[in-house]
Amino acid sequence: MSLLITHPGILSLLQDGGRSGYSHWGITSGGPMDTHAFCWANLLCENPLGTSAIEIAVGGFSAVFQQPCRYAITGAEVAVTVNGIEQDIWRSWSVEAGDVIKIQYARKGVRCYLAISGGFEVEPKFGSCSTVVREGIGGLNGGPLRANDEIPYLADSEGDCLQAAASERPHYSRRTTLRLLPGYQNSLFSREQQTRFFSSEFTVTGQCDRMGYRLSGPGIHADHSGILSEGICLGSVQVPPDGDPIVMMADHQTIGGYPKIGTVLSMDLGRLAQLKQGDTVNFAAITRQDALKALSMMRERLQNPQLLLADETP
Amino acid sequence: MKIIPASENALMVYFDEEPSPALCQTIQTLAATLRARLGDHLIDLVPSYASLLVCFDPFACDEVEVRQTIMSSSRSRPAATPSPSSKLIELPVWYGSDSGPDLAALAQQSGLTESQVIELHHQREYHVYCIGFAPGFAYLGEVDERLVMPRLATPRAQVPAGSVAIAERQTAVYPAASPGGWNLIGRCPTPLFDSNGNPPVPFHVGDRVKFQPIDREEFERLGGQL
Repeated sequence: MSLLITHPGILSLLQDGGRSGYSHWGITSGGPMDTHAFCWANLLCENPLGTSAIEIAVGGFSAVFQQPCRYAITGAEVAVTVNGIEQDIWRSWSVEAGDVIKIQYARKGVRCYLAISGGFEVEPKFGSCSTVVREGIGGLNGGPLRANDEIPYLADSEGDCLQAAASERPHYSRRTTLRLLPGYQNSLFSREQQTRFFSSEFTVTGQCDRMGYRLSGPGIHADHSGILSEGICLGSVQVPPDGDPIVMMADHQTIGGYPKIGTVLSMDLGRLAQLKQGDTVNFAAITRQDALKALSMMRERLQNPQLLLADETP
Repeated sequence: MKIIPASENALMVYFDEEPSPALCQTIQTLAATLRARLGDHLIDLVPSYASLLVCFDPFACDEVEVRQTIMSSSRSRPAATPSPSSKLIELPVWYGSDSGPDLAALAQQSGLTESQVIELHHQREYHVYCIGFAPGFAYLGEVDERLVMPRLATPRAQVPAGSVAIAERQTAVYPAASPGGWNLIGRCPTPLFDSNGNPPVPFHVGDRVKFQPIDREEFERLGGQL
């Protein structure tokens, strides 16, 4: 028994915590673009944090639950109905066999996450069911969800419905600051270029996807651009000779050859993933020590989440 | 050897040597040693021409520990590591402006004819230095110095699957359509990544590759998609 997709929406992809250990074949990690929202969808369903869920970009999604379970939606602000009745996001709800869920188009933010209690039963590929479309790996068939796809899951009619405390719900805005750890070819960028980089506002262009977010700005230039191809991290900021930085995201390539000024803190990438074309970002330098503190605090909050029992009535 | 921070949970090891098959072997040996010594603390290793990216779990071990492990692992080189068997892979390529939109520019820039560029490209046997960027994307080196061309200033949003390309002294085949910043000179019809295959990629670091020119008809006959 499954979740039957009736309308897959613009781009809906099965994602779990992602792959690791296969980069020697050139296989990237994949995984959720907004890990905070993804983890919270799972917390609300009382799932382990890396449990498979559906990442829905923009919206226009509808599906039928073929058996009871609890579900939760987090991330972008979307209107959700079950059997025509509006249900709040950032909390879990119980559904019965035959219930129809519809997710409208995001009003704020870009990506939302649909998790269900117990997760989806999907055969992993290279250790994970995360979908990386350009690799043709993961999900049901290496691609986005399509109409009539059926994603199996186990029935679950037990368990409390939970909601996230208001303090845990982010407010997605049209501009954000990304904390960046200087590294890589940072020394190839002159003091003047670094000052320009950290004091400028960059605009999110239309060339943004799960592989990378291209930003436009005043033009940032390294002293020379011919570096040997080398391993790339999630969040690294490549600067091609045309001066427009590209932030490497969940489906980033494993190896690349443009100079890099540093790497964005992983926990900040979710906010970038919720920006649309025309929104803006700026960068702030962070030390490794402060980066680790921030990551520890975030981990602590996920291990001790501010969860409340939700009312059953909408 | 330099060790530089790459991210909150990764260190980049840079080797101060020119890329070579011998350096490749050194990097492979270091990677194997780190895999054994870091165990579960290791998330991923990405070897490349003259570098090794080491991604680790920052909650299980700290950067200083990992740095020390890298330093001591690189000092203790195991005696007489047998080099893995190296095989030769031949790949058919339909060269030309129709299949390689940057061929004319590369010829002009190097002061050669397109035929000369094609000849210089396919007459060499290339070494597989590393695999990355995309599944099955093997970085091959080195091209003849007359063919050296920098990456495009603005990467193309879409490069067709099988595109044969040059960037600086490296050459490669894009196994699938993807964005790409390399200079395109032809197309190869051979599948280079099979997610159900074992192994999924026909190359190993240390193998050799030679390109064989074919024409458009042969390209289509071998399964190439126009």
